[in-house]
Amino acid sequence: MSTTALAAPTVTMAQALNTALRDALKDDDRVVVFGEDVGALGGVFRITDGLTRDFGEDRCFDTPLAEAGIMGFAIGMAMAGFRPVVELQFDAFAYPAFEQILSHVAKMRNRTRGAITLPIVIRVPYAGGIGGVEHHCDSSEAYYAHTPGLKVVAPSTVADAYSLLREAINDPDPVVFLEPKKLYWSKDEVSLPAATAPFGRAEVRRAGTDVTLLAYGPSMPVAMAAADAAVEDGWSVEVVDLRTINPYDDATIEASVRKTGRCVVVTEASGFAGVGAEMAARVQERCFHALAAPVLRVAGYDIPYPPPKLEHHHLPGVDRVLDTIARLQWDDVPFVGSR
Amino acid sequence: MTTTSTRGKTPKAPARAVARTSPEAKAASALLPAERPIRFLDERGARVDEHDGYGEPPVELLVQAYRKMVVGRRFDQQCTALTKQGRLAVYPSSHGQEACQVGGVLALRADDWMFPTYRESVALATRGIDPVEALTLLRGDWHCGYDAAAWRTAPQCTPLATQTIHAAGVAYGEKRKGNDSVALAFIGDGATSEGDFHEALNFAAVFSAPVVFLVQNNGYAISVPLAKQTKAPSLAYKGVGYGVRSERVDGNDPVAVLAVMLAAVEHGRSGNGPFLVEAHTYRIDAHTNADDATRYREAGEVEEWRTKDPVARLAAHLRSVGALDDALEAQIKDEAEVYAANLRERMNADPVLTPTDLFEHVYATPTPQLVAQRAQLLEELAAE
Repeated sequence: MSTTALAAPTVTMAQALNTALRDALKDDDRVVVFGEDVGALGGVFRITDGLTRDFGEDRCFDTPLAEAGIMGFAIGMAMAGFRPVVELQFDAFAYPAFEQILSHVAKMRNRTRGAITLPIVIRVPYAGGIGGVEHHCDSSEAYYAHTPGLKVVAPSTVADAYSLLREAINDPDPVVFLEPKKLYWSKDEVSLPAATAPFGRAEVRRAGTDVTLLAYGPSMPVAMAAADAAVEDGWSVEVVDLRTINPYDDATIEASVRKTGRCVVVTEASGFAGVGAEMAARVQERCFHALAAPVLRVAGYDIPYPPPKLEHHHLPGVDRVLDTIARLQWDDVPFVGSR
Repeated sequence: MTTTSTRGKTPKAPARAVARTSPEAKAASALLPAERPIRFLDERGARVDEHDGYGEPPVELLVQAYRKMVVGRRFDQQCTALTKQGRLAVYPSSHGQEACQVGGVLALRADDWMFPTYRESVALATRGIDPVEALTLLRGDWHCGYDAAAWRTAPQCTPLATQTIHAAGVAYGEKRKGNDSVALAFIGDGATSEGDFHEALNFAAVFSAPVVFLVQNNGYAISVPLAKQTKAPSLAYKGVGYGVRSERVDGNDPVAVLAVMLAAVEHGRSGNGPFLVEAHTYRIDAHTNADDATRYREAGEVEEWRTKDPVARLAAHLRSVGALDDALEAQIKDEAEVYAANLRERMNADPVLTPTDLFEHVYATPTPQLVAQRAQLLEELAAE
């Protein structure tokens, strides 16, 4: 008996990801899920919960504890026609797989002129804000985004988590799928399966007229909260969610900044040489005459990821975003100094 | 202050008794290589009984191997000459390693997978791949010139040992699909120090993947001798810790290489999992044309290995069993000359390259940014 037939159920991002994996396993026999602790345990974040039980050891299985091995094994299985979805347990634990990802996963299509393609999804629980001790909270997106041949995805909403993961698994190219750990338990009312915009499309999450905030993945909640808070200061803030870092949607961002004339890029990752720097540069290249102020960045400091009791100083918060918006030369007062 | 009971004595690991009887020790013994590298022929090509139960390959296969080795050596010489003429950017010779390159490939079926490194030009030619396509990487036209999927031959791997895990993965994948194909990963002695080699052995064993790892131990990783590479009693012993059946073979005895490789491939094909083969061989030439081997090895060492030449050994054996005579020898030499002349002619023609190919295979569908960059390159080309 249902009295709320039209209301969508409340779903966490973790549940949406789990459902996406289930639906992919159901729909495509070539899909296999493997990694460390993804079997009986269901993954340390339970994203693969119940998959081995429900689909069998052949479809979802534990591997030896060796990330280069997991990645290389996925390459081989993809060569045999499978569509591997691997979990690299934490952002900073993924680095042993780096050579396999950069030298082979990203390049195989190009090296072989398309004879061998690698439709692999590399799932990485990623970024901070969960009180994790060292090596558990890295923002590693820039490493992957700088590598031609990879697609890099960072969802910020429950519906996107489902839809983008399904698209990643169906994609003919390798996808690094960055799951913001602190959003695993975020909730939304979503009917699954959900279909959101495809790869390469940024979304305007909140419309505004004075300034555009650009963000993705783990930095989206702070951008949205800052936009809410900015109302009190009299600013109408537009928030654009990148969703996929590569492919990159210049058009949506350009349209937003041309409308608002001001732009702040918000990333939890360290700012220096990061994805935020690329975003800022692209806006200035495309919208120079529409800009009333330089594009500013709000980022984590250029420090190794801090211990849990100090991480709140590192992570950009609403105040840091508002302070930065305030420096956008509203009264022709230049913002001097490089952060 | 406390003292230990060993006060006054130096703690010492006890010398091991030779006889071991525990289940673990017995299991390890079953994986270990034979007492000596397997061989059927001595250094002059005369029969010796040191093959430890391995069956001798049929003589027709040995004649085929001889043919491929003679052609392969001529091919290799031609490549070195082409490099001196500037037709190849670089060439890593496999002169001296023909028994391994040919023996490894002839043990495979067409539906088996092969994972070559940059030194496997002769193996690629033996596989049947067009020599010009096999040399595309080294000519610098593209990273891989042959159809890697159709040939079931991965692009030549330059990063060390990374391909060994791919071989384990594809072998497991084929097994999962119900196929009985196996994968062969070529690797050198130096690359056995890379972590990926160990992860490959471990994954292959855990998933019982039908993969053969063929280590061509030519004694040097560019300049670094094996003694500085490992303290393992033999590289073949590295399989034991992972539960991988292992063997050592005289890599300059083509009969032995084929015998062991056929058995190793069958081991995987019949469901017994991975196999590690260490082949003792020697690279007669330098690492590449850009290397100066006199800086790290004595001329006498090279000359000594020349006396163990795999081509001459197999010729002597085939003559002794009546499978090779002057006429056949001349015919094979002619074949090799035709092969080399054909290669020379084709490699002397400048390749036609299409610059916009650079953008064609980055993704299945180019991103808008790549479309724009392709247009930029076209503009630059038009302005030239």
